[in-house]
Amino acid sequence: MTIENMPMVKAINAGLRAALAKDDRVLLMGEDIGTLGGVFRVTEGLKNEFGSNRVLDTPLAESAIVGTAIGLAMRGYRPVCEIQFDGFIYPAFDQITSQLAKMTSRHEGELPMPVVIRVPYGGHIGAVEHHQESNEAYFAHTAGLRLVSPSNPHDAYWMIQEAIESQDPVLFFEPKSRYWPKGDVNLSANDIPLHASRIARTGTDVTLIGHGAMVSVLLQAAEIAQEEGTSVEVVDLRSLSPVDYGPILDSVRKTGRAVVAQEAPQNVSLGSEIAATITERAFYSLEAPVVRVSGFDVPFPPAKLETIYLPDADRVLDAVDRVLSY
Amino acid sequence: MVTLTDEFMLEMQRRMLRIRAFDERASKMVKRGHIPGTVHTSIGQEAQVVGATMALGDNDYMSGNHRSHGHPIGKGSPLGPLMAELQGKGTGVCKGKGGSLHLADFNVGSLGESGIVGSSIPIAMGAALSSQVLGRDTVALAFFGDGAANQGVLYESMNMSGTWKLPVIFLCENNQYALSTPAHTVTSGVIADRAAGFGIPGVRVEDGQDVLAVYAAVSEAVARARRGEGPTLIEVVTYRYNEHSEGLRLGTDYRPSDEREAWLKKDPIVLFREHLIANGHTAEAMDALEAEVLAEVDAAVEFSENSPWPDASVGFDDLYTDSEYAA
Repeated sequence: MTIENMPMVKAINAGLRAALAKDDRVLLMGEDIGTLGGVFRVTEGLKNEFGSNRVLDTPLAESAIVGTAIGLAMRGYRPVCEIQFDGFIYPAFDQITSQLAKMTSRHEGELPMPVVIRVPYGGHIGAVEHHQESNEAYFAHTAGLRLVSPSNPHDAYWMIQEAIESQDPVLFFEPKSRYWPKGDVNLSANDIPLHASRIARTGTDVTLIGHGAMVSVLLQAAEIAQEEGTSVEVVDLRSLSPVDYGPILDSVRKTGRAVVAQEAPQNVSLGSEIAATITERAFYSLEAPVVRVSGFDVPFPPAKLETIYLPDADRVLDAVDRVLSY
Repeated sequence: MVTLTDEFMLEMQRRMLRIRAFDERASKMVKRGHIPGTVHTSIGQEAQVVGATMALGDNDYMSGNHRSHGHPIGKGSPLGPLMAELQGKGTGVCKGKGGSLHLADFNVGSLGESGIVGSSIPIAMGAALSSQVLGRDTVALAFFGDGAANQGVLYESMNMSGTWKLPVIFLCENNQYALSTPAHTVTSGVIADRAAGFGIPGVRVEDGQDVLAVYAAVSEAVARARRGEGPTLIEVVTYRYNEHSEGLRLGTDYRPSDEREAWLKKDPIVLFREHLIANGHTAEAMDALEAEVLAEVDAAVEFSENSPWPDASVGFDDLYTDSEYAA
C-alpha cells in the first residue's frame, strides 16, 4: 500500500498523469493549461511529459473547447476540458446542455460521451463573481450529465480517473479552497465508486450533508457540536447528479434530523432538491424540518464580504440548534 | 494627420499618467492587502486606452472587460470613487459592489465591464442600435483583448452591426497574451483582417504605443460611425508590462525575457513626453504634470481610505428595481 500526503491540486495532477499514461486517447484541453500548467497549476508539467498533442493550449473560446471535445469523443477520444474559473463556463452552456447532455439519449445509447469538464468552483479565494461561484445547479437540472465533486485529495485522485473512464459526460467540480490543504492519498487502492456518497463522520443526533469544500466546514462544525454534547453524522455527497440517496436516507432515518449545506445560493438549488427528497422519502423518520444553509440569493459579493456570504461552521451550528430545538 | 491643440495633447499625457499612477498604486495596495483580491492593470497600454477614449465624445458609450481601470480614467472619471470601488467602499462608483473587475462609471458613458471576456461586446452594439433608432449621433466602442477576439460573440456582433450599419467600434487591445497564452499560438490570421469577412473596415494600428496613431485611427472610425456608415474593427498592437493579474502571482515566465525590455523602450508615456518636449514644452512642465498626477492619486487613496466600509446588509440592496418584488 502506497500512501502519500499531498494537496488536492497535486492529487488531481497525479490522477490526470495516470490517466494520460494509461490511455493514449485521453487528451487535455483548456486555456493556459499547457505551458503555464493552469492558473491553479493542476496540469503543471503534463504538457512537457505528454506533448502538445495530448495537452492542448486552446484559444479563449469555451464554446469551441466543449464542442471540439464532443467531436473528439464521437471519434473515440476521451477529452478532459478545463474551464479556468466556474463562471467562465457560461459561454459553453449551449454546447454542454444542448449537445453534450443529450447526445447519448438522442442516439439511443449508441453514442457514448466520455467527456470530462473540470470546473474549479467556489469561494474563499478573495475574487469576485465569475471566479467564486458554486453554479452546479444549472447543470444538475440537465438530464444526461453527471456531476461529481471531491472533498479531499484521496477522492480527487481517484474520482478524476474514474470520471475519465466513465462513458458519460462528467462535470468535475473542484473546490478551489481545498486545492492546497494536504491529505493522505492511497495510491494503491480506491475504496468507493465514483457515484457513491460517503459517510465522512458517524454520529447519532443530526445528519449534515454537503459536498466539496463544504465537507470540511461540516466536519469542523461536527467537532464543535461534539464538545457541546451533540453527535453529528456528516455525509459527503461526492456525486451531485445523480445523488446517491441510500446513505443519506439511512442516516436521516437514524438521526431524525438533517441539515443540508452549500456555498450556492438557496433558490432552486441542489440543497433544496436534497431537502425535498429527504422530506418525501424519510418523512416519518423526521423529528424536525430539513434545514438548508446556503450562500445568499444575491450575486457573489465582492471579496470583502465573502466570509459573510459563505456558510461557516457557525451558521451550520445555528442550523443544528434549530433542528435540535424543533 | 489630425491637428490637435496643445491643451488637448497635454490632457492626453495627463490621462496616461493618471492610468499609470493609479494602476501602480493599485498594484501596491493589492500586494499589501489594502485592496482585496487581484487587479488587472493597464500599465504599458496607456496610449492605446487614451488614444481610444479621447477620440470619443462625452456622450459616447464604451464597454470594457477585466482590464478596465484605464477606460473610465481615459474617458475622464475622477479617481477618488474609482479607487474607493477597488477597495470595496460605499463611495465607489458601483457602491463598492463591482470592484476592480466591474469598475463602471456610468457618468462617463461606461456600459459596464465584465470578467467574462467578449461578453460586453454585444452590449455596446445595443447602445449603438439605440443611437440609430433614436436618431442620435452618439457612437459606442467595445474594448476587448486578443483573447476575446477568439470568442464567437465578436463575430455575431460584427455580422449584426455590419448588416444594420450600427455606429459601433470594435476595439481589440492586442497586448499579445491571453493570460499566459501567446496570441500567435491561438490566433488564425490577423485579427484586423477578420473584418473583411463582414464587409466592414478592419484597421491594424501597428504602433499602439503612439497615442496619436491610436487617436487618429479611432477618430476616423468614430467619424464614419457618426456619418451612418457602420462599424469598424480596430486592432491595436500593444503590451502589458506587468503580470496578467496583480496578486495572482503567476509571474511572466511565459514571455521571453528580452521581450519586455524591448517594449519598455517603447513606453508610451515616455514617448509622448519626448514628443511634447520636442514641440515646445519644457521638461520642467512635464515633471510638474507628473507630480500633479501623483498628488491626484494620493488624494484618491486618501478619499477612499477615509470612506466608511458599507454595512454587509447592502449585499441585498438593489437586487431588483421594483421594490414590491424584492425578496
